[in-house]
Amino acid sequence: MTTQAMTAGRVPMPGMKVYNLKLGMWVFLLSEVMFFTGLIGSYIILRFAHPEHFANPGEVLNVNLTAINTFLLICSSVTMVKAYAAIQQGDQQGLKKWLLFTILMGASFVGVQVYEYIQLVGEGFVPMAELYAAGEAHGELIGGPLYGATFYTMTGFHGTHVSIGVGCLCFTYWRAAKGEYTADSLGGVEIMGLYWHFVDLVWIILFTIVYLI
Amino acid sequence: MSAGEAHKPPPYYAVWVGLLVLTIAEFFYAFVSTIPKVWIVIGLMAMAFLKALMVAVYYMHLKWEPKRLWLLAAAPIPLVMILIFVVLNEIF
Repeated sequence: MTTQAMTAGRVPMPGMKVYNLKLGMWVFLLSEVMFFTGLIGSYIILRFAHPEHFANPGEVLNVNLTAINTFLLICSSVTMVKAYAAIQQGDQQGLKKWLLFTILMGASFVGVQVYEYIQLVGEGFVPMAELYAAGEAHGELIGGPLYGATFYTMTGFHGTHVSIGVGCLCFTYWRAAKGEYTADSLGGVEIMGLYWHFVDLVWIILFTIVYLI
Repeated sequence: MSAGEAHKPPPYYAVWVGLLVLTIAEFFYAFVSTIPKVWIVIGLMAMAFLKALMVAVYYMHLKWEPKRLWLLAAAPIPLVMILIFVVLNEIF
């Protein structure tokens, strides 16, 4: 694809003054806001309506481990903007270096989350409400049925978003390795960055609501 | 941000430090037992929204976007507020 063809899609629309690809990503992210608000809203109403089905987060969850994971995701956001800043200056090596750091930290976040899930399930905090209903047959369970279901749904959907993001970052890195991004053609990096920062933003809210409150 | 648009370099590292400081503050504030629970919740949510705002404004470059995109980004806020208030209405 020629540079001219690639930049053609980045011409701002007269009405919005934002090129179509970015406008599309913003509209998608706004739909994601509503998606996660629905999940968080469900968690809030269930937690307040049925406090007996919810343990205190600090008693069940490994808040220290998740705080480290939050640190990783925040760091990955800064490496993502550094990747964008690098290609703005036409720095191909910088773009690849910062993208690689972002991929590594994103993948580490998912890895730590999987480890956390394994640990929690091992301790008896499970996502299926019917296991709690079955009781002793599945050993001693902790947390509460609604707590398990809402916790794994919210963090699971977020983890899925991060995993998809890591996949897309790998694709962006592959394109960067082929030299397809330049200072005049960096739409893909910018769009990828918007998605990645949104995932970070959602985690900031989720970490507070799910792990600290 | 429009490509090639000249503006002062964004304070990426300063924002990163701000996010880390707020995260650490949240972590310790959440477990202070001398403060009433309601103030813990209000404080934690205030810090979380401040962090989210920092990410949106500086890392998602909203600060340098046209005002119309700000309006678009703000579009779900009333819908979110309606949802939250309806949810709270169900509880209380």
